[in-house]
Amino acid sequence: MTPAAVPPDRWLELAPLQLRDWVTGFLPASLQWLATGLITIVAILAVFGLLFAYLTLAERKILGRIQNRPGPNRTGWFGLLQPFADGVKALTKEDVVPRQADPVLHYLAPVVLVALSLLGFAVIPFGRHLVAVELDAAVLYFFAAGAATELAIFMAGWASRNKYALLAAMRALAQLISYELPLLLAFVPVVMLAGTLSTTAIVAAQGGWTLGVLPHWFVLTPWGFAGFVIFMIAALAESNRSPFDLPEAESELIAGHLTEYSGFKYALFFMAEYFGMCALCGMAVTLFLGGWQAPCAALECIPSYAWFGAKLLTLLLGFIWIRATLPRLRMDQLTRLAWKFLVPLALINLGTAAFWSLTAGWTGGLQLVRWAVALALVAGPFVLLGRRLSRGVAPRVYRYASS
Amino acid sequence: MLGTGLLQGLAVTAKNLVGSFHDPARLPTLEYPEVQPQLPEAYRNFPFLVSESAEDPMGTLRCVACQICEKECPPQCIYIEKSKDKKPDAAGKQQIFPAVFVIDTSVCMSCQICVEVCPFESIKMDQVFAIATTERFGSLLLTREQLAKPNSYYHQIHPTEAAEVDRRLAADRQAAEDKAKAAAAAKSAAPTPPAKPATGGPAA
Repeated sequence: MTPAAVPPDRWLELAPLQLRDWVTGFLPASLQWLATGLITIVAILAVFGLLFAYLTLAERKILGRIQNRPGPNRTGWFGLLQPFADGVKALTKEDVVPRQADPVLHYLAPVVLVALSLLGFAVIPFGRHLVAVELDAAVLYFFAAGAATELAIFMAGWASRNKYALLAAMRALAQLISYELPLLLAFVPVVMLAGTLSTTAIVAAQGGWTLGVLPHWFVLTPWGFAGFVIFMIAALAESNRSPFDLPEAESELIAGHLTEYSGFKYALFFMAEYFGMCALCGMAVTLFLGGWQAPCAALECIPSYAWFGAKLLTLLLGFIWIRATLPRLRMDQLTRLAWKFLVPLALINLGTAAFWSLTAGWTGGLQLVRWAVALALVAGPFVLLGRRLSRGVAPRVYRYASS
Repeated sequence: MLGTGLLQGLAVTAKNLVGSFHDPARLPTLEYPEVQPQLPEAYRNFPFLVSESAEDPMGTLRCVACQICEKECPPQCIYIEKSKDKKPDAAGKQQIFPAVFVIDTSVCMSCQICVEVCPFESIKMDQVFAIATTERFGSLLLTREQLAKPNSYYHQIHPTEAAEVDRRLAADRQAAEDKAKAAAAAKSAAPTPPAKPATGGPAA
């Protein structure tokens, strides 16, 4: 995309930056770089802190509605003050540390977890001009930072000196190793096609529209769709969300690595979980859903960060919907899904993406052939592999319970 | 195909989510303190004592302190002390009454056995469920003043059962009246029987 193609910015687009520059303008020039960085950090903390607070409320409301009950509706108007009531409750609770626990690690684990889960936000472009740090290897940095959070979970499990916490931590590590691979393989086609590891450049590569209405997002190509689905499944597992929430399976492990945590440390774990979820969804938006790009040319008047927010919220609501629907997997089913299904599909998807990139010059009738071949490469392995893997497993036969 | 089951499941939950906004059958929650539940007629929790009138509950208790319920109660939560004197009951008959009648609701298990064994229809099951107290012992021990509730209240909470009980009591009263009348008639005819003892063979 040439710079000339960029439409002139409306003032709303630049408003956050102008506000920041206005504030830093009061400081001496030597301190301005520091203030700029700090303001960016505070803005990310404030926006995603509030998003975390209201995401918990939205989750409880939606889960309630899906289970035919109204959900929290007493604190404030429609329960809108519930997150703050929860926060006050968590802050005023007694902080219990087991006598046998390692006090330093036990204290450090939630802090490290929140810190690491916040790192990912640095490279996500929230808008046309809103990215905290522009890195050339931003995608690589993001997944490295994301993988480090599991270390903090293991720290929590180890330091608690509790069998359930330790088992949960080991499960979390197994899950991480299983799902890191499909997660990474799923975004490799994006890097191949965009030819860059920088998030801003990847978003820019998805700009433009066919006929002004069809966006050039990667999710709207056969390989992009397959990659997006694999990425989201792996993201669910990476953020320990249902149906992959084995590390905190209540029925077997009390509360997993959270067993020995109480009060605000417990709340910090939840905060980290939601931050991780938001960061992964934000990365999915950036890689596959066109980042801050508007879905059609006519809607470009709405500022880019609003589009990013809308896409992010859609994905997060999808996570909540899935949590309300699917039961938890067993440990062997979890690893089986990753190694026998997602990894092969992601590898085949690499081939599909290679085919797509090699046939970029095809036009006219060949364009149809290109789509047909790519769709067959996506759907064929899915159907065949699915049929092969579910042989003898599904549909499930209940021997003792009649339907 | 793989994944169709997942989509079906997602459709079910989506239907519940959307339905909860327009279909009352998908949102059956009653917001309790504001909306009081419509209790089914057969609902019961703790016993109460039936009195005939609301104005003078202590004077018109049906209970005659026979202590059958006290003896039958499995967790033994009823304590009764008989009165030394007698006073007329609703039918005008002289009866003993309970000077003390206490039920410990912290012990009561709501089995309704006291109701089933009572020959005088004087103890019945109540429907008041908001019975939380601020202390552990005193307020859970209900005295006869707290237990006594008029028959009209019984009609309110268990209409069918109360109507049947009233019919039975009326029939008993009628039978007692008939018997009394017959006895009175026999008494009025009494001077004759001693006059003819010689012919009394068939009367035996």
